[in-house]
Amino acid sequence: MGFGPLIDLAPLLLSFEVASLATCFASVFGIGIAALLAMPRVWGRELIDAAITAPMVLPPTVLGYYLLVVLGRESAIGQAFEALTGTAIVFSRGGAVVAATIGALPLICKAARAALESVDVRLIGAARTLGASASRAFFTVTVPLARRGILAGVMLGFARALGDFGVTLMIAGNIPGQTRTASLAIYDAVLSGRDADATRLSLIMTALAMTVLIAVGYLTKQRRDGF
Amino acid sequence: MDVSLDFAPGLSVLFGPSGSGKTTILSAIAGLVRPDQGRVTLGGETLFDARRGVDLPPNRRSVALVFQSLALFPHLNALGNVAYGVPGTLGQAQRLERAHAWLGRMRVSHLAQRYPSGFSGGEGQRVALARALASEPRALLLDEPFSALDQALVRELSAELVEHVRALSLPVVLVTHDRTLARGLLGEVTLLRAGRVERVGASSELLAD
Repeated sequence: MGFGPLIDLAPLLLSFEVASLATCFASVFGIGIAALLAMPRVWGRELIDAAITAPMVLPPTVLGYYLLVVLGRESAIGQAFEALTGTAIVFSRGGAVVAATIGALPLICKAARAALESVDVRLIGAARTLGASASRAFFTVTVPLARRGILAGVMLGFARALGDFGVTLMIAGNIPGQTRTASLAIYDAVLSGRDADATRLSLIMTALAMTVLIAVGYLTKQRRDGF
Repeated sequence: MDVSLDFAPGLSVLFGPSGSGKTTILSAIAGLVRPDQGRVTLGGETLFDARRGVDLPPNRRSVALVFQSLALFPHLNALGNVAYGVPGTLGQAQRLERAHAWLGRMRVSHLAQRYPSGFSGGEGQRVALARALASEPRALLLDEPFSALDQALVRELSAELVEHVRALSLPVVLVTHDRTLARGLLGEVTLLRAGRVERVGASSELLAD
């Protein structure tokens, strides 16, 4: 179960697994939505932006409640998922991934949109006059020039997914070995009076968060200094 | 803006003060800006017609535009920039060969592996022109191509431009507010003011001291 007497690695490994999957899903959706929002004429742009930003400002219990309603065992999506896979989304590892994805999505989307919109429109215009279609100009000019900002957003999203607590607790529960991520393990250790375990896990999570922030700072500094 | 322009093969100059609409006209010809009304034709083909609802996208007009800022792609070296516009029907090796050839014609082959942040003003201008011409356009538009360059370099580059224009039989429209440059280019000059054509004629006649 653990790595000697020092620390139980299972919650950390679970957190990494959940965060990695969540970041993949959030990146696909987030960058896609960002590309849509960065286009010159989009109907409902502000509404879409508000919907994407909502998870950042809504209380985790509210988000968790909505997800339980939409994905619970009595819901259409929940029943379809269970029929396909044999397990429910809620109170499972899948639920933890959904919770972490919801947390990471706004960060990735907003960073990607800012990066895409920062690309000089004259460069895109130049690409178009040189014969590039809109999609070729996007993938060969806009995306390469925005990649550092997009990557910074993905890293921030990963850090956010790694540390999700409230929504994960609501829809995935705190099941040891199944859905007890590092954040939930810290909560459990504090409740049980195991201060040393809580401290060790907290320090590791802090070190991970600082590493991500330093890397993000390096990436965005490179952009400011020029390509 | 209310203009009706007809550019023949060879060099034509759009001359006017800042704000007279010169850049907007180039953008409209290139398809980067959609006029509210009017028509743009090239070689008998309609590129834009507000009344008939025709509006070809920029990539289908074969009109190359050299921006005042040059708009060189910072993530590509000179060779990559020039190869970007070479027609896609060619294979990769042929595209690079064409790009090399154009860099040679512009006398900047030594810049092939260098990135735009390392170019001087004149070097960037040559690479931008090579990129535009490598795309085999049916018309070439130049927006204040020699601004921010010293007069000696302007004379050198404008002489080379005239030489290249003579070799190619396509309309080249150059926009400038520099009277000395416009006079020196000896092409047909269209005087613009406040979005309207004031006069059209020879540079020697319209821009005399």
